[in-house]
Amino acid sequence: MSEKDMNSKVSEMLARSEANAKNSGKKFVRPEDEEREVVAPDGSIIKVNPIYDYFSGARPEEEKPRNGIVEKFLNWARAESIWVLGFGTGCGSIEIPPLVTPRFDMFRFGVQMRPTPRQSNAFIISGYLSVKTLKRVIRTYEQMPSPKYVLALGSCTINGGMYYDSYSTINRLDHYIPVDVYIAGCMPRPEALLAGFGKLKELIKAGKAEKANEYARNFDWYKANQKKIVKDWNMPDYNW
Amino acid sequence: MTIAKLGYTLLGLFIVWNWGFLMGAIFRKIGARVSGRIGIPFYQPWINFFKSVGVRTTITHGVMYYLGPVFRLTGGIGLLFFMPLIYTGDPNGMWTNFSFEGDLILILYFQLFGMLGMAMGAGEGGHPYSAMGIARGLAQHAAVELPLTLAILSIAIQYDTFSMYKIVEAQQGGFQNWVLFTNPFAAGAIILAMLGAMGHSPFNLVKAPNEILIGPATEYEGTYLGFMQSAGSILHVMEAVLFMNLVFGGATSWPELIVKTFLIYFWSVFVGMVFPRYKIEQSITWFFKVPLVLGVLAIIVFSF
Repeated sequence: MSEKDMNSKVSEMLARSEANAKNSGKKFVRPEDEEREVVAPDGSIIKVNPIYDYFSGARPEEEKPRNGIVEKFLNWARAESIWVLGFGTGCGSIEIPPLVTPRFDMFRFGVQMRPTPRQSNAFIISGYLSVKTLKRVIRTYEQMPSPKYVLALGSCTINGGMYYDSYSTINRLDHYIPVDVYIAGCMPRPEALLAGFGKLKELIKAGKAEKANEYARNFDWYKANQKKIVKDWNMPDYNW
Repeated sequence: MTIAKLGYTLLGLFIVWNWGFLMGAIFRKIGARVSGRIGIPFYQPWINFFKSVGVRTTITHGVMYYLGPVFRLTGGIGLLFFMPLIYTGDPNGMWTNFSFEGDLILILYFQLFGMLGMAMGAGEGGHPYSAMGIARGLAQHAAVELPLTLAILSIAIQYDTFSMYKIVEAQQGGFQNWVLFTNPFAAGAIILAMLGAMGHSPFNLVKAPNEILIGPATEYEGTYLGFMQSAGSILHVMEAVLFMNLVFGGATSWPELIVKTFLIYFWSVFVGMVFPRYKIEQSITWFFKVPLVLGVLAIIVFSF
């Protein structure tokens, strides 16, 4: 299937889901999470807005790089200290654990796994993304502090791969979150992943890995695409 | 005089900060070599620090959240400010920092200070794993403090002073004068309690990697994390210096300090390489067995 066909298929799918959403009177927030008034134990009436009580819904803003040599130094530090969020999103996550073994040893390249999105600057989308995982991926991506980088692992993130016609997976990852480096293959071996880290380092050092700003710039487009796929949205537009 | 002293103290802080980073990297390197890997480059902690500080987004959950890392860093710097680093024979010498009569009590307090600050920060951060980690941390610290405090009181009774400088002074003149040999019960209690204070496996259930993420620090990122990395490196060295001053005769020069702190820290890393993580109830009961008995014995022996 050519890329043109793939694109038309994606837009067809998006149009279909949009039509479904209109017909079913789709709401993005569950009734129990809507803003409402409740009676407190002492009888007073208070307003609650569960979603915004837990998350900030403020839009992301473009964050300008610092000037000259400072930014160059920081980019070097960012490239040499890539902290990867340990979140297995698809079948490719089985290729990540070998990276910490003596045979591949990613630590010597300054790459290490972090358990929390707050402290990570790289996110590996490891293979196909199901519609349910996409929602978690969006939330996780938005919780990561900028500058942040996305590595898309495997063919599924590029064109759907062997799941191109599945009802439950998305086909093109960069319609939903911006991607810095694609690592093609089904599945790419850990060496390919290490090569991907190398490519990412080159991009960061050259100052070309500014996709977090691109996400902020094209925020409405990304959100529209995401909302076409995620049926049960039930969270603010931007949640960190 | 005070200005010069402040200058030396700040210089000491800088050396300790760097030595903490280097020591952390060396131990990660040793850990890598033990498991057959090449491991991180020795300068990785500095890169991590600068990267953390250079993060563009800053997220805050409020004042308490902000104060967490500040308290932790204050705990480390407070330990350094009031602890004599190098014994030179002059109580107002250049590396004795701002130690005074009775500084031992303040040092014991500063040791707990960082943990209390993190309890505040983790509370407001709101992540369930933070709360879980800090609850475990405080519980374990309570269990560690008991044998540790008994042993330190025993040393204070032995030398009839609460001054860290005088305790170091009394141990000069050869290794046979170290508390390790003059008060073996207290030394035993401190050496065992030290494992808990250092927070390595088997007593690393506060952070408990792979289980509760990284515990209290789960919500911290960017500059906060940079602060905490610095605080961690300073605290690791300063706790080693505390135990060096208490049990191993202090240091008379920087090379001696570096060798001794390295070996003291190596003890906890060595135990960590060999033993897997304890559960919280196992860890606490462990401190209430041999270390506590040694601590009580140390008190009894020197009280009568």
